[in-house]
Amino acid sequence: MTAILEARSLVKTYGRVVGLDGVSLQLMAGEVLAIIGDNGAGKSTLIKCLTGAEVPDEGEILLEGKPVNFKRPQDARNAGIETVYQNLAVSPALDVASNLYLGREERLSGVLGTVFRVLDTKGMRVRAREELSRLGITTLQDVTVPVENLSGGQRQAVAVARAAAFGSKVVVLDEPTAALGVRESKQVIELVKSLRDRGIPVILISHNMPQVFEVADRIHIQRLGKCAATITPKSHSMTDAVAIMTGAAAA
Amino acid sequence: MSAFTGNVPSQDLAEEFLDRSTPLSRLRNILHRYPAISPAVVLIVAIIVFGLINPRFVYPANLSLITQQVAVVGTLALAQTLIILTAGIDLSVGAAMIFSSMVVAQTAAVNGVPGGLALVIGLFVGLAAGALNGFLVTRLRLPPFIVTLGTLNVFIALTLLYSNGATIRGAEMPSILTATGLPIAIGDVRITVGVIVMLALYIVVAFMLGRTAWGRHVYAVGDDKEAARLAGISVNKVLMSVYLAAGVILAIGAWVQIGRTNAASPNAGIDLNLDSITAVVIGGTSLFGGRGVVWGTLLGALIVGVFRSGLSLAGLDVLYQTLAVGVLIIVAVSVDQWIRKVRA
Repeated sequence: MTAILEARSLVKTYGRVVGLDGVSLQLMAGEVLAIIGDNGAGKSTLIKCLTGAEVPDEGEILLEGKPVNFKRPQDARNAGIETVYQNLAVSPALDVASNLYLGREERLSGVLGTVFRVLDTKGMRVRAREELSRLGITTLQDVTVPVENLSGGQRQAVAVARAAAFGSKVVVLDEPTAALGVRESKQVIELVKSLRDRGIPVILISHNMPQVFEVADRIHIQRLGKCAATITPKSHSMTDAVAIMTGAAAA
Repeated sequence: MSAFTGNVPSQDLAEEFLDRSTPLSRLRNILHRYPAISPAVVLIVAIIVFGLINPRFVYPANLSLITQQVAVVGTLALAQTLIILTAGIDLSVGAAMIFSSMVVAQTAAVNGVPGGLALVIGLFVGLAAGALNGFLVTRLRLPPFIVTLGTLNVFIALTLLYSNGATIRGAEMPSILTATGLPIAIGDVRITVGVIVMLALYIVVAFMLGRTAWGRHVYAVGDDKEAARLAGISVNKVLMSVYLAAGVILAIGAWVQIGRTNAASPNAGIDLNLDSITAVVIGGTSLFGGRGVVWGTLLGALIVGVFRSGLSLAGLDVLYQTLAVGVLIIVAVSVDQWIRKVRA
């Protein structure tokens, strides 16, 4: 089985600082891969390289076995890699449906759409509702509610839904629960599981060990710019993972 | 783990138990969703009150006069609304309009350019003014307040240099330039072509904001620039298009202004710019961007007109009109702040 997304020996330096020192990573179909690591271990840099926010100095990235070359985040998005950032995910004053379609709005067919460029508001709402129920998101009943009237968990659900909807191949979640309460975090974790169950592979960056161990199939541990180990929740305990992360134990 | 303790869940509870239960917060949610409601209520109440104080206020002649007085500010305020929706502000839109009106009048009256062509030249002046502001905001990444404070002075100086400070009277111009001042009688109500032009502009812009992807993007950029960028919207393109659109609108405003005053004067309209911001703010558009509708702005412009006319018919000194407008602005912004707490 080939990996959906694969990174081979990525190197990224910032002046003398080595952000990534030959990191490889494989994301298989239908799995949740967690990336953990201390601050400065290279988590963010790794993710930025995978999502086009940074261009690695060396190494290559393959999507579905084909080499890709992302110059901008938009390139990665066009290729099917969607990223959810922890705070900057949604446009608060716009409603749920508008947020799902933000940047990829659909127009009416016929003269109204082509000449006058009228949006297909109704159609987008209907399809947004379908897309939400397909993803198993039940907490968002009304897609015409402005996002700012939603709770933090619901907002994050909108962001995740936008990333997962419309046939994306990989969803990257950067600390999706960092700003959320306990119950809301649970909703997001449930959502991650339902994405996996629907066959969309997920990369999850998190500091939250219990969550990582609950949801991840495999855990990639970054340490000092390198991949210290790739473990599974079955093979290692949380204490082991923290030990590897901090360098107290070898993998 | 620390992110999961603290007061986040309790805030969550507060939201659920408080925010939807009291009548006041329900009202706030409605006002939040339909920003044009509060100015509409204010306008209706003001018309009734001023009508009771002095019945002449509601005579068709007086109401027609108010619409004519509102036409220029209303048009400028439309351009201002677009800019403010992107969380910017335009201090130069009035000065640019006066500059455009002087170019139109002088090329036609002094240089003998045909009226229609002069208007087209004026349109390009407006576009150039918008492009300059847009360039400085998007490329040099300067705050719109500073950019337009600078261009405000540039446009004032250009206007005086170009015109030598001389006013051009309507009689010296081709008739098409003053056509916006022509009256159209609908029963007892006499509105002008300029009012029709303004209303047409409102319909066009309301359509573009409400029904096209461009409109969504304008709101998204004003709401949260970074979120818009991450959603794949080209923020700079949207901002540039907004400044160019404002340029087109202010150029049309210049035409309305020439018809309204039956002249083009380099010293006209000192207050126009602040009045345009006033109309936008009273109309319920948030100065923080991303929230508001153009119909609110039209209502805001009408409210200012109604207050000025009503207070003067009530026999109050003109200074009280200014005072009242000042109070209106502060009340409007306070209400906006209160409404925005829904976000909490």
